[in-house]
Amino acid sequence: MSAVEPLSNAYQNWYRFSRNPTAVIGLGIVVLCILAAIFAPWITPYPDHVGAVVDFRSRHLPPSAEHWFGTDNVGRDILTRVIFGMRISLELAFVVLGIAIPVGTALGIIAGYFGGWTEVIIMRITDIALAIPPLVMALAVAAVLSPDLINSMLAIASLWWTWHTRLIYSITRQLRTQEFVEAAETLGASKFHILFREILPNCVSAIAVKTSLDCGFVILIGASLSFLGLGIQPPTPDLGTMVAQGAGFLPENWWQSIFPGCAILFLALGFNLLGDGLRDLFDVEDVR
Amino acid sequence: MEFLSFLIRRILWSALVLVGLSMVIFFIARVVPGDPARMALGPRASAEQVAALQASLGLDRPLIEQYQLFLVGLSQGDLGRSLLTERAVNDDIRETFAATFELVCFTVFLAFSLGVPLGVVAAYWKDRWPDTAVRIFAILAAVTPSFFLALLLQLLAGYVLHILPTTGRLPHEMEFVAGTTGLMLIDSLLAGRLDVFGQALRHLLLPGIALAAATMGQMARITRASMIDVSRQDYIEAARAFGVPEFLRVTKYMLRPSFVPPLTIMGLEFASLIGGAFVVELVFAWPGMAAYGIRTILQKDLNAVMGVVMVSGAFFVMVNLLIDVLVGFVDPRVRIRGRR
Repeated sequence: MSAVEPLSNAYQNWYRFSRNPTAVIGLGIVVLCILAAIFAPWITPYPDHVGAVVDFRSRHLPPSAEHWFGTDNVGRDILTRVIFGMRISLELAFVVLGIAIPVGTALGIIAGYFGGWTEVIIMRITDIALAIPPLVMALAVAAVLSPDLINSMLAIASLWWTWHTRLIYSITRQLRTQEFVEAAETLGASKFHILFREILPNCVSAIAVKTSLDCGFVILIGASLSFLGLGIQPPTPDLGTMVAQGAGFLPENWWQSIFPGCAILFLALGFNLLGDGLRDLFDVEDVR
Repeated sequence: MEFLSFLIRRILWSALVLVGLSMVIFFIARVVPGDPARMALGPRASAEQVAALQASLGLDRPLIEQYQLFLVGLSQGDLGRSLLTERAVNDDIRETFAATFELVCFTVFLAFSLGVPLGVVAAYWKDRWPDTAVRIFAILAAVTPSFFLALLLQLLAGYVLHILPTTGRLPHEMEFVAGTTGLMLIDSLLAGRLDVFGQALRHLLLPGIALAAATMGQMARITRASMIDVSRQDYIEAARAFGVPEFLRVTKYMLRPSFVPPLTIMGLEFASLIGGAFVVELVFAWPGMAAYGIRTILQKDLNAVMGVVMVSGAFFVMVNLLIDVLVGFVDPRVRIRGRR
């Protein structure tokens, strides 16, 4: 280990990051949720309550030592279902962004770098896709196809790339005239090299911030969809569905919808705080 | 002159977006699912019934022709017939859209009138306790799912406070039919019915807050960032050196140029606002477009669904056009280079 060099960027960044309380709290929440989601079958007290289990003797139990979050109207442990619900929410966010980010970034870089007709066509399509509210689109797709997780993911992803295209487009436009890009052009570098080796690395911090913020928003949209009964179908434990089902038992059995609701809030909060922290760290103020 | 050409360009462009939108919706409704007639009638309908419905919907013609028909219908404000209510979709939507429109307008008013001042307060006392308080509040408001907030507010009002009504637009016993505009607040004032106005406002309050929270949080955060940006400019320092009174410096010199980012973001926020309205309307039994949309979606009533998506999209495009023009009016630089 060469003593001084490794200390440089990564450590400095981590130091600055760790001095930012919101970012650290956000990271903590996100890591906690992801770990809980991965290890859900092993850490939850009643893993078999994920399915269509019915145990009427223990229905509507308030929070207690055995059932920290109480039980629902068919006697299932809510804590177990909340943790598995987080798993679904995170899957949704990762799949949607896994599609939206590569597509959006590639289109944004191409539109920003080449300009001309390429730019006009890509950015105009972006504007059209931007005119459809994602939730409404997901509703429409749920109407023509059957409402389930895959269809909601595709519906949301089919619009979500627009935000990334716009972001990367505006960054690329600024970078296009910078010296290092012109230098690469003069040296005869291929277009592919310029786009993905010269320009893309300069977009990474903006993408990171945007991704973190987006995770929160995609989770919120997914939860809204299942709250409306058009997302993930029971008995799969989805947080939005759980809130909707528990709403019928308010206010006496408040735990059935309040805890899943808080779980959504917690997830979205974590990703938002992390995104805000990264934004301060990378100093990319205009990413939302 | 230059403003006029900017205006024309923006209007033409919005029209183009609407055409594109119609293509997307047509594609979803006609190309993706296979057979809308079969879907509407269910698996037990006979082949003749399906064929008859296909013919009456024009589904037996070539796609290009179907799209032409759809476009012609759209340009005349005709969205076809709803299979669920057996009425013209545009009649159904016209009746329900007014309620949604009123809710959304009220929400925007709330979000702007609370969010911007909060942002100003946070920016003025940057890094002191009011700033921290506003930032925590704004982020919580932005990440609380609107349906969850709606439920919480309903709980609070229905079981604890008993002050505010939790469902509908007016009490059942109150007889008032919205007239010309369809907006309760305006119609009741036009009719001189102050009691109706008061009730309508009370009914709007909870759904409005539930829907506004997220946008208000965003407004506060953006106004704060934008104010801080402006406060670093030299002319603000100059104003201080010249002894311009503090209040005037903040409101006139700092707030005015800070207005553009919240205004533009407001336009984009509109998409999530329309989406959020679907959820909030359902919780508060608000008789808007969302309730209609969801009912028709569950019934696979394609004409109605296409209508709802088209109207939502068109609403979004119109609002953004309006905001662009407003921004172009406030900030002359935008007129020349275009915002996007």
